[in-house]
Amino acid sequence: MSVFSEVPQAPPVAVFKLSADFREDSHPQKVNLGVGAYRTDDCQPWVLPVVKKVERLIVEDGSLNHEYLPILGLPEFRSASSKVALGDDSAAIKDNRVGGVQALGGTGALRIGAEFLRRWYNGVNNTATPIYVSAPTWENHNSVFADAGFKDIRPYHYWDAAKRGLDLDGLLDDLEKAPERSVFVLHACAHNPTGTDPTPEEWKKISEIMKRRSLFVFFDSAYQGFASGDLDKDAWAIRYFVSEGFELFVAQSFSKNFGLYNERVGNLTVVAQDGENLSRILSQMEKIVRTTWSNPPSQGARIVSKTLNSPELFAEWKGNVKTMAERVLLMRDQLKAKLQAQGTPGTWDHITQQIGMFSFTGLNPKQVEYMIKEKHVYLMASGRINMCGLTTKNIDYVAQSIHDAVTKVQ
Amino acid sequence: MRGITVFHSWWGGVQMGPPDPILGVSEAFKKDTNPKKMNLGVGAYRDDMGKPFVLSCVRKAEAIITTKQMDKEYLGIGGLGEFSKSCAQLALGADNEVMKSGRYITVQTISGTGSLRIGANFLARFHGGPRDVYLPKPSWGNHTPIFRDAGMELKAYKYYDPSTCGFDFKGALDDISKIPEHSVIMLHACAHNPTGVDPKPEQWKEISDIVKKRNLLVFFDMAYQGFASGDIDRDAWAVRYFIEQGHNILLSQSFAKNMGLYGERVGGFTVVCNDAEEAKRVESQLKILIRPIYSNPPMNGARIAATILNTPDLRSLWLEEVHGMANRIIKMREQLAAGLIKEGSSKNWQHVIDQIGMFCFTGLKPEQVERLTKEFSVYMTKDGRISMAGVTSGNVGYLAHGIHAVTK
Repeated sequence: MSVFSEVPQAPPVAVFKLSADFREDSHPQKVNLGVGAYRTDDCQPWVLPVVKKVERLIVEDGSLNHEYLPILGLPEFRSASSKVALGDDSAAIKDNRVGGVQALGGTGALRIGAEFLRRWYNGVNNTATPIYVSAPTWENHNSVFADAGFKDIRPYHYWDAAKRGLDLDGLLDDLEKAPERSVFVLHACAHNPTGTDPTPEEWKKISEIMKRRSLFVFFDSAYQGFASGDLDKDAWAIRYFVSEGFELFVAQSFSKNFGLYNERVGNLTVVAQDGENLSRILSQMEKIVRTTWSNPPSQGARIVSKTLNSPELFAEWKGNVKTMAERVLLMRDQLKAKLQAQGTPGTWDHITQQIGMFSFTGLNPKQVEYMIKEKHVYLMASGRINMCGLTTKNIDYVAQSIHDAVTKVQ
Repeated sequence: MRGITVFHSWWGGVQMGPPDPILGVSEAFKKDTNPKKMNLGVGAYRDDMGKPFVLSCVRKAEAIITTKQMDKEYLGIGGLGEFSKSCAQLALGADNEVMKSGRYITVQTISGTGSLRIGANFLARFHGGPRDVYLPKPSWGNHTPIFRDAGMELKAYKYYDPSTCGFDFKGALDDISKIPEHSVIMLHACAHNPTGVDPKPEQWKEISDIVKKRNLLVFFDMAYQGFASGDIDRDAWAVRYFIEQGHNILLSQSFAKNMGLYGERVGGFTVVCNDAEEAKRVESQLKILIRPIYSNPPMNGARIAATILNTPDLRSLWLEEVHGMANRIIKMREQLAAGLIKEGSSKNWQHVIDQIGMFCFTGLKPEQVERLTKEFSVYMTKDGRISMAGVTSGNVGYLAHGIHAVTK
């Protein structure tokens, strides 16, 4: 009698199932607008030129070995990552109250932050602290906080389907009504999946309420640089909140902006009131890391660290990031233009108003099903498309498919 | 602070975490200015010059990988398929029945720790039996917090006999025979950490019998395959024997030591199931557990390991190099024991030679350890454990001298 005979089959993770289905599809015009990874105009993955260069340097460096990194990760990586998020002139960094925990991608950074909050925030081991995630949000946010032990994970208003934009009133209302000390997971830029970000003025309103009501700020920053093409612009919200005096966490991912998806490079930036608090926080995060993965993988961190810490390579990287961001912006422009030229019913301004890798098209589940089954254009049931999956070669077909879906399927 | 008022801190109640005992040893070692200082706390292999050792097969594999110019797309949640397959095969043996029938799942993990944690999380969620995981006494220090953080409870069974510095076989059987049915029992496949004391094959057989009688779920931790005896098949003997005996085991593997891939975090977690259908269900649940921790594992180390295991030339080279590392350790054990005799020690140091793998439980008491550190700048953990990897032909004489001085 197996101990595991009662283990139920779990449903596949949707976004990966979509890619698997796409792979099996033999239709010549198939398009994958599912999983969030950058593609070139030839629909190929793109290893950043600066990454190739740095990898070669690493392989050729005979002095490097494969020894364990410290539990919290490569020191030069951690400091450079936090600096990228907070800015070169960050007063908080100068005050020695900023620390970093190298983590396995953005997911790992979120998990370490979540585990720490469950143990030490709002009391000790308080699993009842409400965690607010945007409606909608990256689906893994829920699981990260749930598996970290939190029992009360709630949505906050975010996407207004009717106006295809930010539901600011709903959001602010949720902030006013949330129990004090609730944790809010905020997307620093390029909101996933909607691509809709608050404006600076709107961020200021959010900040004011959060400060007044003692709500905890947990930024998820997976697209810095990738959204607008400008690192500083994409970090504006984070830096504003830091300047407003918040203690906060930022889960950073270098998967997209460095194209280092499979090397799992992330950093949890911790901004504390002072160095003494920071030191206690990091000591406890170390304990969490030790039972999760002991110490993080070195390859990706070395690549990012070398790049961020060398003025030349840093400049080259910024150029590579801009290349990616600009291709996405071009596809947004072109898709909107084509939909408008076709006279496809509805308004399509949101395509260019939204920012980053994703766009919430507004297609409903039936229309999505049509897109996949009839047109072999793969996108998430939510109507989310990955702009990177669009190319000058397939954009006409996609625009036509959207037109058909909207006109033929209600 | 410059003009920013942080209105309050959330973290006033956060206690300072206790310093990691092993890290503490390394820190103190770094500060010591004695030219003869020795760091015997380190759990990483060192060559005879005391330097980190990057295996040639690793460098060769890296060169091959560089020429392939592969992309960096996400791996699946379960990791690099090529790697998981060869990882399982390494443990279970070529042509093993488990892999032929497909009644297993192996996922790539973040080295040994990550593997144990996934296993612990899986048990916490799906194991219908008692919450208790039985560890040998003593066990690797991180086992306890890993299982605890996953939501399991820890108990122990007798293992190390301090009076012989060897295996307490009778005590182990005795304790194991009392473990409540369906509990989880953790076994170190080879090169027990921290004692270096392994059961002999006949002893493993009796352990298997009693474990079967008690209907216990076996979780093997194999972090040193190849590194213990120098022979990968010999080191995996217990794992393979248990499977043959019908135990559907859980298995954690690490390539940190045997491939020197420490910082690349290469490991595997395997569940041997009743059949392929069960394996599919288990796999689906492992993915659900993994996704909210780190989504998918890092490529670099797994790619290196897979390249080595699947390229005949590199695999042979690897086997030679692993053999070389194990041999150096064995030689250092022999030289240390001989050195102690030469110093005139009247104590029995046979255990230094009998124990196996990277670690040696010297039998030194805390006061003796303290003296060894203070007077001779020899750094080790308070339990008397030394890492043989830190011993070289250049310093083994000094070490023998110091140990003799504090134990005579």
